[in-house]
Amino acid sequence: MRKISYCEALNEAMAQEMEGDSSVFVYGIGVPDHKRVFGSTAGLVEKFGPERCFDTPLCEDSMTGFGLGAAINGMRPIHVHIRVDFLLLAMNQLANMVSSYRYVSGGKLNVPMVIRGVIGRGWGQGFQHSKSMYSVFAHIPGLKVVLPTTPRDAKGLLISAIRDNNPVIFIEHRWLYWQEDEVPEEPFTIPLGEANFLHEGSDITVVATSWMNVEALKAAEILSRRGVSVEIVDPRTIAPLNDNLIISSVEKTGYCIVADNDWLHCGFSAEVAARVSEKCFGKLRQPVYRIGFASTPCPTVRNLENEFYPNAITIIRAIEKMLGLEPTDLSKEEFYSHEKRFKGPF
Amino acid sequence: MDTRELNLELYRKLYLARRAEEKIREHYGENEMKTPMHMSMGEEAIAVGVCHALKAEDQVFGTYRSHAIYLAKTLNTDDFFAEMYGKDIALLKGKGGSMHMCAPDHGFMGTSAIVASAIPVAVGASFANRKRGNGKLVAVFFGDGAIDEGAFWESLNIACLMKLPVLFICEDNGLAVHTPVSKRRGYASITNIVAQFSCSVLEDNATDAEVIYKLTHKAIDLIKTTGMPCFMHLRYYRYLEHVGVNEDFDAGYRAREEFEEWYRRDPVKLQRDKVLHRFGVKEDDVISIEREIDNQIDRSILLAKQAPFAECSELYEGVFGS
Repeated sequence: MRKISYCEALNEAMAQEMEGDSSVFVYGIGVPDHKRVFGSTAGLVEKFGPERCFDTPLCEDSMTGFGLGAAINGMRPIHVHIRVDFLLLAMNQLANMVSSYRYVSGGKLNVPMVIRGVIGRGWGQGFQHSKSMYSVFAHIPGLKVVLPTTPRDAKGLLISAIRDNNPVIFIEHRWLYWQEDEVPEEPFTIPLGEANFLHEGSDITVVATSWMNVEALKAAEILSRRGVSVEIVDPRTIAPLNDNLIISSVEKTGYCIVADNDWLHCGFSAEVAARVSEKCFGKLRQPVYRIGFASTPCPTVRNLENEFYPNAITIIRAIEKMLGLEPTDLSKEEFYSHEKRFKGPF
Repeated sequence: MDTRELNLELYRKLYLARRAEEKIREHYGENEMKTPMHMSMGEEAIAVGVCHALKAEDQVFGTYRSHAIYLAKTLNTDDFFAEMYGKDIALLKGKGGSMHMCAPDHGFMGTSAIVASAIPVAVGASFANRKRGNGKLVAVFFGDGAIDEGAFWESLNIACLMKLPVLFICEDNGLAVHTPVSKRRGYASITNIVAQFSCSVLEDNATDAEVIYKLTHKAIDLIKTTGMPCFMHLRYYRYLEHVGVNEDFDAGYRAREEFEEWYRRDPVKLQRDKVLHRFGVKEDDVISIEREIDNQIDRSILLAKQAPFAECSELYEGVFGS
C-alpha cells in the first residue's frame, strides 16, 4: 500500500469528502493562504472554489457560531484553527451554543460540524501556541473529541468526523504531521469511539494520547529488548470515551500508566485513572501512574521546555519503577529530536 | 391583502402575544411554570411587525426575551405553554423553558440566553440558505445590550463581508438588565457607526406594528436589491422587570413616568384603536376576535397543566444525533 504523511491524509480526507458531498466546506483563518495550514488544506480552494474553502476575519467565536448556523441548515462545515489556543476564543460558542443546540431543539436540529485544532510544540512556541486543551472540550456534554495519532487514523477518523451528525473537535499534534504510514487511497472510516492497540503486550498497559503515543512506542521498543512487553492503548476518541480496550488491557496486565499530551490536573489522564480504578481495582497490582506536562505555562527557552514535556525516557523510567526493574542504560539510544526536523523560523 | 385586513391580522397577533403574557402573570404565582420569565411586554409591535412581514419559511433567531417573537412567528400557543410548564407534549419537553424556545418547523430556529450569541449563528444559517438556494431570509433579534458584545460587531462584519441576506433587528429598550446606555457606550449613535459598514440601516421608534411591518418590507427589499444585510434599530420600552413578571419602578433605576409616556402609545391599545376608529371595525367584532384568542390560550394552558412531565429517561435523549 502507498505511504502518505499524516498531513496528506488529513488533506485527502477533506478533498474526498468535499468531492463526495457538496454540503462540506472548509474555512478558517489562513485556510486558503500560501501556507495552507501547514499544507493540510492544499489544493482545496483550487479544486472547490472560494465559496467552499475560504479565509475569515479574526473572530474565532463568531465564526464558530457561523459554522453552527450553517450546520443546523444542512451544511457540513470544517472550521480550522492553526493552534488549539486560538480555539479558546470560541469557548462561548462551543460550551453555550454548539454543544447544546441539538438537545434544546428537541432533536430537530443536528449539528454536523468539525473543528480542527493543531497543537503546537517546540522552537519557542511558548505558552500561547502549545496548549492541548482537549480535556476541557471533552468535559462538555454534546461535543465529540478526537485525537488521531497515525496517518491512517488522521484520514479514517476525519472522514468519520465529517460524516458524523454531531460537533466533533479534531485535535492534531503538529509533530505528527510528518509521520508517514500506509493509508488506503479510497475513502474509508474509522468509527469514532473506537480505541486502538498501537502495540500489543502483556506486562504493562500504557494509555497514551496524541504525540505521547510516539514516545510510548519508542519506550516499548527499547524495553522489548530487555524482555518487557508493553501494551499501548490509544483511545483516539476521548469524548464520548469507550474504555473497553483500556479496561481489558489493564485486566490482562495489572499495571497502568497514562501518558497524556496535556497537564495532569483535572485532565484526561485523571479520567482514565478514575475509570481504571473503578473498573479494575481488584486487578491492579500498583496504583495507576500518570505522566503529563509540568504544571506550569509552557516556557519558550529550550532547556526549560525540555523540562516541561515528558518523553520516551519519562515513560521508560515510570515503567521500570512500576515493575521494580533496574534502570535501562539509555546512553546509546537515539530519541526523537525536533532540532533535527525543524530549524525555523516559523 | 387590504389594509383593513392587514391591520386586523396585526391586531390578532399583538393581542395573542400580550394576552399570553398576561396569562403568564396570572398563573406564575401558582409556581407551576418554573422557568425564569423575561417578558416581552412593550415590544410586541416589533415582534409582530417584523414576523408578519416574513414568509412562513423564513427563519428567525431570538434571545431569552422572545415570547412575542415566538408567538408572532409560530402562533402555536399549545407548544408555548407546554414548554412553560415543562411538559412532555412540548417539542423540547421542558428542556428549554422560557429562555430557550425553539420551533424549527415554523422557522423559529432558536434563542440564546447568552447575550449576542445567536447573532453569528443567524449569519451562518443565512450562508447555508444562500448556498442551498432556498430563498429563505434570516432575521435575528437582539437587544441593545448585544451591541456591547464583540459577537455583534464580528457578525455584522462577517455578514457585510460575505454579502449575506441577514436582517439584524436591534430591539433597543435602553437597558442591559438595569444598566442604561449612558453607562455602556463610548459613542453617540449606534446607527451612525453601523452605517459605516456595507449594509442598509433603518431606524424607528414606532409602537405601531403596521409601521414596523412596512419598514421590514422596506428592509427586505433593500436586502434583495443591494444584496447586502440590513440593520434595523427599533426602540421600545420594557414594561416589566428584567426577569420576572412584575413591575419594578420602585427599584430606583427608572421612573414610572417613562413607562406612562410610552404606554400612552402602547402597541396593543394603539392597534385596537386603529382598527376600531380608522378601519371602522365594530367593537363587537374586535371583542369576538379577542374572546377567540382568549379561549385558545385558556385551552393551551389547560392542556399544558393536564399533560404529564416527560419520563426521567428523557434527560439522556437528544445530546447526540445518530
